[in-house]
Amino acid sequence: MKFGVVIFPGSNCDHDVIHVLETVLQQEVKILWHKDKELKGFEPQDCIILPGGFSYGDYLRSGAIARFSPIMDAVISFANSGGFVLGICNGFQILCEAGLLPGVLMRNGNRNFVCKNVFIKPSHNDSAITADLDLNKAYKIPIAHAEGNYYVDAKQLSRMNENGQILFRYCDENSNVNDVANPNGTLENIAGITNARKNVFGMMPHPERATESVLGNVDGIEFFRSLISYAGKIEIDVMDDLLR
Amino acid sequence: MLLPTFADEKSFNYLMSTTTTEVVVTFETAKQLGLLEDEFEKIKKVLGRTPNFTELSIYSVMWSEHCSYKNSIKLLKTLPREGDKLLAKAGEENAGLVDIGNGLACAFKIESHNHPSAIEPYQGAATGVGGIHRDIFTMGARPIAALNSLRFGKLNEEKTKHLLRGVVKGIGDYGNAFGVPTVGGEVFFDECYSTNPLVNAFSAGIVEVGKNVSATSYGAGNPVFIVGSATGKDGIHGATFASADITEDSAEKLPSVQVGDPFQEKLLLEASLEIIETGALIGMQDMGAAGIICSTSEMSAKGNSGMKIYLEKVPLRQQNMKAFEILLSESQERMLLVVKKGMEDKIQEIFDKWDLNCVCIGEVTDGDRLQYYMYDELVADVPAESLVLGGGAPIYTRESREPKYFSSAKQFNINNISEPNDIRAVAEQLVQLPNIASKKWVYEQYDSMVGINNSSTNAPSDAAVVRIKNSNAALAFKVDCNARYVYCDPYKGAAIAVAEAARNIVCSGGEPSAITNCLNFGNPYNPEVYWQFENAIKGMGDACLAFSTPVTGGNVSFYNQSSDDGPVFPTPTIGMLGLIDHMKYRMTLNFKNEGDYIYLIGETQNDINASEYLANICGVKLSPAPHFNLDEEVGVQKAVKDLIRKKLINSAHDCSDGGLFVALLESAIAGNNGFDISTDDFFRKDAFLFGEAQGRIVVTVAEELQDELIKTLAEHEVDFSMLGEVTDNDLYIDGEKFGAVSYWKDLYENAIGREMEY
Amino acid sequence: MIYTAEINVMPLKELLDPQGKAVVSGLKNLGINEAKDVRIGKHITIQIEAETEKIANEKVETACKKLLSNQVMEYYEFTLHS
Repeated sequence: MKFGVVIFPGSNCDHDVIHVLETVLQQEVKILWHKDKELKGFEPQDCIILPGGFSYGDYLRSGAIARFSPIMDAVISFANSGGFVLGICNGFQILCEAGLLPGVLMRNGNRNFVCKNVFIKPSHNDSAITADLDLNKAYKIPIAHAEGNYYVDAKQLSRMNENGQILFRYCDENSNVNDVANPNGTLENIAGITNARKNVFGMMPHPERATESVLGNVDGIEFFRSLISYAGKIEIDVMDDLLR
Repeated sequence: MLLPTFADEKSFNYLMSTTTTEVVVTFETAKQLGLLEDEFEKIKKVLGRTPNFTELSIYSVMWSEHCSYKNSIKLLKTLPREGDKLLAKAGEENAGLVDIGNGLACAFKIESHNHPSAIEPYQGAATGVGGIHRDIFTMGARPIAALNSLRFGKLNEEKTKHLLRGVVKGIGDYGNAFGVPTVGGEVFFDECYSTNPLVNAFSAGIVEVGKNVSATSYGAGNPVFIVGSATGKDGIHGATFASADITEDSAEKLPSVQVGDPFQEKLLLEASLEIIETGALIGMQDMGAAGIICSTSEMSAKGNSGMKIYLEKVPLRQQNMKAFEILLSESQERMLLVVKKGMEDKIQEIFDKWDLNCVCIGEVTDGDRLQYYMYDELVADVPAESLVLGGGAPIYTRESREPKYFSSAKQFNINNISEPNDIRAVAEQLVQLPNIASKKWVYEQYDSMVGINNSSTNAPSDAAVVRIKNSNAALAFKVDCNARYVYCDPYKGAAIAVAEAARNIVCSGGEPSAITNCLNFGNPYNPEVYWQFENAIKGMGDACLAFSTPVTGGNVSFYNQSSDDGPVFPTPTIGMLGLIDHMKYRMTLNFKNEGDYIYLIGETQNDINASEYLANICGVKLSPAPHFNLDEEVGVQKAVKDLIRKKLINSAHDCSDGGLFVALLESAIAGNNGFDISTDDFFRKDAFLFGEAQGRIVVTVAEELQDELIKTLAEHEVDFSMLGEVTDNDLYIDGEKFGAVSYWKDLYENAIGREMEY
Repeated sequence: MIYTAEINVMPLKELLDPQGKAVVSGLKNLGINEAKDVRIGKHITIQIEAETEKIANEKVETACKKLLSNQVMEYYEFTLHS
């Protein structure tokens, strides 16, 4: 598989993600510019990443302006054709604005930007990004955002719960999901979600900030590894189909 | 004595709103713009005629304290500014430049944005952050770390809370969006800063040696570009404003503030770094105070050339701007570029890619004249050299007088302070004081991790440790100044600021390398303030020599005072860079293992001078600076460096504000352990636990390495003592149980948050 | 008598409005190239009880000046109707 990382004006975690994918995980990465109109050479088992940052300064609403960047039409059709799309932080906000993911990320409950290590717990193993994660582990992953307070109406929420669309919830270090562990007032401690088809992922925490031992935390690497190994299996399936 | 302040604000404002070049300039006009009579005469002599209003405005900002350093430069030049690792001379570039090995250099600088932050804390702090980052990336360096040093009035006052909230949000919103992590800083509260808070912003960046860019201009015919934001009427005469006292009602007289746009600056950063790769640049400078006039004159003077600038070509945000307004505007996120002729298209292409303005506004000329045109009319014609620091700008030595309080401070006698009966109660009070308590409420609002280089997030140390990608090395950064010490004794206090910064770098496993300074003082025309300045510079210089940390540049901010509170504490903030040649030598402050022995390196003193305990618990504001001996300090730091290199210790943390007790507690909280220590009957308990005598470092050692540690310390001939050991959870002092670490953690970590959230 | 105040708080005309500027580029991505000088402020409505319109006017004025706007950076305008 290969990765495409979109650079929007104001993206600032783009090079962090690229560093982790290329240097730490030895993956092929293609840098995409927001003015590009198409995604050339990407297959459905590939993954487009919308990185964190402040696209267009996060002015008006986070992600609202980036959603209309020329490349987004191509990202939307890529997602609709089953390709993997991962939005981290600002990328998650853009995916919600673009309608690829349900709901909205509102201002944090205490109205402040918050940057710290938090713990999150995967809800299940039924998606590419959670397939290889340990359901009993509290993963220590940093957050850094002012708008991470996820909201969706009750009807939609129960549908998402039934479909397994909630990927991650904030928890304490012992994996307990409770109010104290909720850093931003988000609904049901939701930290990350997926669409009904489970090929588009959005998460507020930054796994790319926790992949190197020199930084003292490698919990984040598992998220990428899971994605890569899952996509690898698809690739093998496709090859098998072709061979058959 | 003439003070450089607007004698008559009303006529000044009128002048600003109606003037064009046809106004007849007299000394009265010059006075209204804050110029002295001598200075006006000097301008006439330089030009060989009376300046017109535009020219007069130019001189008034360029010769303001803010741009010319006229009352400080003489003393600044006495500071040690030489070092074999320095790649730029102090003050010659936008920031200092230090060789950090691996073919890389670190550009770093600290700068004040005090007055703008007093008026509008959010925008003031935000544009301060924006300005300092611009200084770094105009040198071609990508900023990798930001720090800040903040001073406010008493935290329990509503006014302070408003300022603190605004400043923290301003720093956060700008830095977070710009995408540079805030990795460290300090916040200090004292009533002297109530009206005049201090906001000092530090930035450091990395550039490949040889790819750094100079703020210069040469080569007749080379085009001059203005890039970035359009120019508006914001911040006009901000430079002059910064040179005048803040009075009760200056908030209303202020013409306007500048609004920061981190998004624009992020684009500017990326575009600038791309431009450098093209090799098309002659020079580049950021537009800060005094806007176009400052950047055109400084670059031209540096490259011994002139410029012709066509002001009508400058992209404007507002209509009908006058020539002097365009020249002086401090609109943010703009830069001036001098480009090799013929490479214009390359430049244009990159700025188009980033959707940024990029307009040619003139060209380099031979000679030294700066000629500014507005629709074919020559509106100003001045020699570049005459405007700038190191050139024709005036230089003064002011009158100096020892303040009365200085001798009264020496009268302080510890025996007049009775020893507290309940040490635990004092300790609990102390750790919740805003100056001691954790600044978590503040720093959690800053993105401290973007860029994935900050290795202090999960491994705290006295200085922030930032790894350099694709190498084993790291940089250590620290901003430091205990201004109460400097007030009590400017010489000693400033030396302590340097020593403490160095100590923090050493405790993090680094080698102190160089400093930048931000000198925040009151009105230099007040002889007592000037005396403080003079002595602080001496102390700083001596300490910099002792630690081999030359001064690479910085900034001076005078007039930090108000009619209500008088001058602020003299606050010479030190920003220090340290090098860690290999990450295996980095050291952290958290206690590691139950049973490790705790040692104090450095000498305990019967001293509570100028301590947080004395000032804010005993209520004694005036005393001498705490015990400090430069030679002892150097010895202690050397010893600890050796212990780290020999891998003998598990943690190192210096004793600073709050004394030994706070140092132990911080290490315990960070490690989630407790400690069991004994005091020494030879010393007062309050001095032993809360005194702030300098040159002391708490280290922990595994039992089996104890002998080796003792041997090494003996070789270094430094004082040391065994305090006790690390425990699993509880705190004990002299056998008395002080409670669990979780209890203390809550007091320490949440005190400021509780105050801020009501 | 209950009056309704319709208040607009806007960034001062001489100051940069980064938000408005970014929206202009967003509009361009939408194909609306003609938009310029976008400025973004706040609209606030207040129901206020007062004996006379003059008193209501004074109270809203005070609210705008002291709390709703930051006059270093913003100006306000309002209309009052019953």
